[in-house]
Amino acid sequence: MTVRVQQKDFDVGAELAALRGANPKVGAIASFVGLARDLNEGREVLEITLEHYPGMTERALEDIVAEARQRWDILDALIVHRIGAIAPLEQIVLVAVTSMHRHDAFEACRFLIDYLKTDAPFWKKERTPYGAHWVEARSSDEQARATWQRREPRK
Amino acid sequence: MKLSVLYFARLRDAIGRAGEDVEVPVSVTTVGELRAWLGQRGLPWSRAFAEVRPIRAAMDQAMAGDATRLREGAEVAFFPPVTGG
Repeated sequence: MTVRVQQKDFDVGAELAALRGANPKVGAIASFVGLARDLNEGREVLEITLEHYPGMTERALEDIVAEARQRWDILDALIVHRIGAIAPLEQIVLVAVTSMHRHDAFEACRFLIDYLKTDAPFWKKERTPYGAHWVEARSSDEQARATWQRREPRK
Repeated sequence: MKLSVLYFARLRDAIGRAGEDVEVPVSVTTVGELRAWLGQRGLPWSRAFAEVRPIRAAMDQAMAGDATRLREGAEVAFFPPVTGG
């Protein structure tokens, strides 16, 4: 189980290969990659800057991974989240999960990104042609988390 | 009680500093009471806490609520809802 916060970009193929390693029990890898867009709420975005709370971020991500392990039969999990300046088209976050069967990997991967959105202390600032502003939290993200909370752990 | 207070993102911009060490009176025992005490000191805190809403908090790097009891020497952070991912 690995969580990393870093400025530099990541190579999805290399990360997934490392996560799988040489473990012949891995029958499925599910992954999610969050990307920077050039448009948000109808405004052109030139660049985003990601700030975080060092120390708490890693702890929060580890807690989220531990919660996923409680709920599903997963073999390993990886979260890589970038900080600092990120341009449109660049990658922001990678979440990946390995399991014996696809259902656990799919569900756990989605759970991890949904919880990361509401529980991990990252904040985005967008630079647009009209100035810079902090991104507002979305209520749909809170709803996604609440949906998982209502579900009983399957394990 | 002595505390280390941190501010992040929009709240840090509004207050104009990333953190401060404070000594609070004995009447301040919870995270919610700390926020109120910080805000009643006047500008820039009063305006920042009024304008940046909602505000979330963490104590010793774990999410906390208004009712969370403060601990001597704790690190208490205030910030807007998170927007990573």
